[in-house]
Amino acid sequence: MSMSLLQVLIGGLLLGAVYALFSSGLTLIWGMMNVVNFAHGDFVMIAMYIAFMVWKLLGGGPFMAMPIAAMLLATLGIIAYFALVRHVMKGPMLAQILGTFGLALLLRYGMFWTFGANFQSLPENLVGGTYDLWGIRIQASRLLAGTLAIILTIALHLMLTRTSLGSKMLAVAEDATAAQLMGIRPDRMQAIAWGLAAGLTGIAGALIATFFYISPTVGETLAIIAFVTVSLGGFGSITGALVAGLLIGVIESLSGYLIGAVYKDIVVYTIFIAVLWFRPQGLMGKN
Amino acid sequence: MKRSVWLLLILALVVAYPLLFATPFLQRLGALVLLYAIAASAWNIVGGYAGQVSVGHVVFFGCGAYASMAFYTHFGWPPIAAVPVGMMASIGIAALIGVPTLRLSGHYFSMATIAVAELARLIVTNIEALGAAVGLSGPVMPRTVFDLSFTSALPYYYLFLAVLLVVLGLTYWMENSRIGFYLRAIKDNERAARSLGVQAGRYKLYAYMISAGLTSVAGALYATMYGFIDPDSGLGILTSVKILIMAALGGAGLLFGPLVGAAILVPLEEISNNVLGGKGAGLTFVVYGAIIMIIARFYPSGLLRLVLDRLAAANSASSDKKVRDAA
Repeated sequence: MSMSLLQVLIGGLLLGAVYALFSSGLTLIWGMMNVVNFAHGDFVMIAMYIAFMVWKLLGGGPFMAMPIAAMLLATLGIIAYFALVRHVMKGPMLAQILGTFGLALLLRYGMFWTFGANFQSLPENLVGGTYDLWGIRIQASRLLAGTLAIILTIALHLMLTRTSLGSKMLAVAEDATAAQLMGIRPDRMQAIAWGLAAGLTGIAGALIATFFYISPTVGETLAIIAFVTVSLGGFGSITGALVAGLLIGVIESLSGYLIGAVYKDIVVYTIFIAVLWFRPQGLMGKN
Repeated sequence: MKRSVWLLLILALVVAYPLLFATPFLQRLGALVLLYAIAASAWNIVGGYAGQVSVGHVVFFGCGAYASMAFYTHFGWPPIAAVPVGMMASIGIAALIGVPTLRLSGHYFSMATIAVAELARLIVTNIEALGAAVGLSGPVMPRTVFDLSFTSALPYYYLFLAVLLVVLGLTYWMENSRIGFYLRAIKDNERAARSLGVQAGRYKLYAYMISAGLTSVAGALYATMYGFIDPDSGLGILTSVKILIMAALGGAGLLFGPLVGAAILVPLEEISNNVLGGKGAGLTFVVYGAIIMIIARFYPSGLLRLVLDRLAAANSASSDKKVRDAA
């Protein structure tokens, strides 16, 4: 295998890890309360702008931006749950979908109005330079983002499967009424899930901002990537999202390298349609 | 009886509107209201009656618009002549999205509609024959009357009105036919409808295909009136947003809901564009986002339903009073 192909593969895996990180929040919420957050990509976009402002006003890098973005986004997620989602999730399908879709537009065009349509980016050497390992060049920013994203996604999976809070959340996902009879408050668990999912988009956004363009409409692209990841990984599955995220990162990088950068999104979106046709339950899902 | 009198009165007003308010701005505004009412009424068939929320309806709008402009550019057809081509393409795309997703929960359908609209925008942006990022233009000068290229908005107004009446007529017929009853049963409780032998997936797909075909007509009319189409206006997500917000604000699942929504939002947008100029572009959609959230949270059945319920309540209150007075 040529070195440049290997470099593309590693780059794809590192990017895919970040996709997995923010998609895991979407799949958590979907699996738990059967609501798709159409504003999920725009949450990541807001976090990217927070990282941009942290650098511009305070001169800080991702390590300063991550906790700030995580905190602000978690707050936004919990507010969105109590003010909007809790009410629309029991309503008709139209209300469920339009609720978060309206939120997406509000965030997207709010940022558009404030910052303009121009693309922004953080300085290239904010995290560090580029490493050269036996001829494979890896940017420090991508290495940091990918590694942290994998660790956090696995941590979320362990939290859900190994801790008492995780068990309570899964119990609500399984049957909210039964969980309530066991003394678990579904409302509180669902609010925690929204805080957690949105907080993770905060971290993912602060990480991805170090090497990705920042614009008000980037959320739409990221949201579709999250939809593909979640459908490919299987409804509600964090490990599925991790595998699918890595896979999509690699496919995107490979198609960018082999066919051309313009076509990488076209390839990813086509895979989405193919998954819906041939394997709607996803790679890890059962029927 | 009373209802049909009211409807005739409103229809007479709608027909007379461009003659009563004979300024170019108001005539154009009226034509635009009718154009978006056509698209929103078409959306209403799948989004309102079948309860499947398409958030990428612009892909059908774009099919119609691009078909008319492409057939003009490459074969010299009058723009309106390619309407059947746009309809066939739209119905095909509707099947591509609908067949796999309408069996699954409604979320998959909504996600797929966004992804396919964005996919279509990316593909068209890279196809030279469809004008790529620059777009396609129609006839600069009308060659014959069939090009439907007029400087005044008046002919468009009556053309759009005629098409809108056909769309509403179709919707009314559908509402009261077998498919309408099935769709209502599916929307109320899909599992119950299935257990009674209604083939839910199939009827949702029919509704989606009809809706897609009619939306492409709106796209072709748009292209004919503006004589120009590019990936943003023909396939951008904001046009999807406009289509669905008009139907949802007015009243999804009500015959005249989309018309009411268009009559409120189109003037609002035109006025805000005129007052705010370029600055208003982002702000308009911030307001739209807020309106969509408020509808979802408080009035998921829309404004027209709210007004009708109020009227019905007032009526029953006054008839109660009559009964009491008589007693």
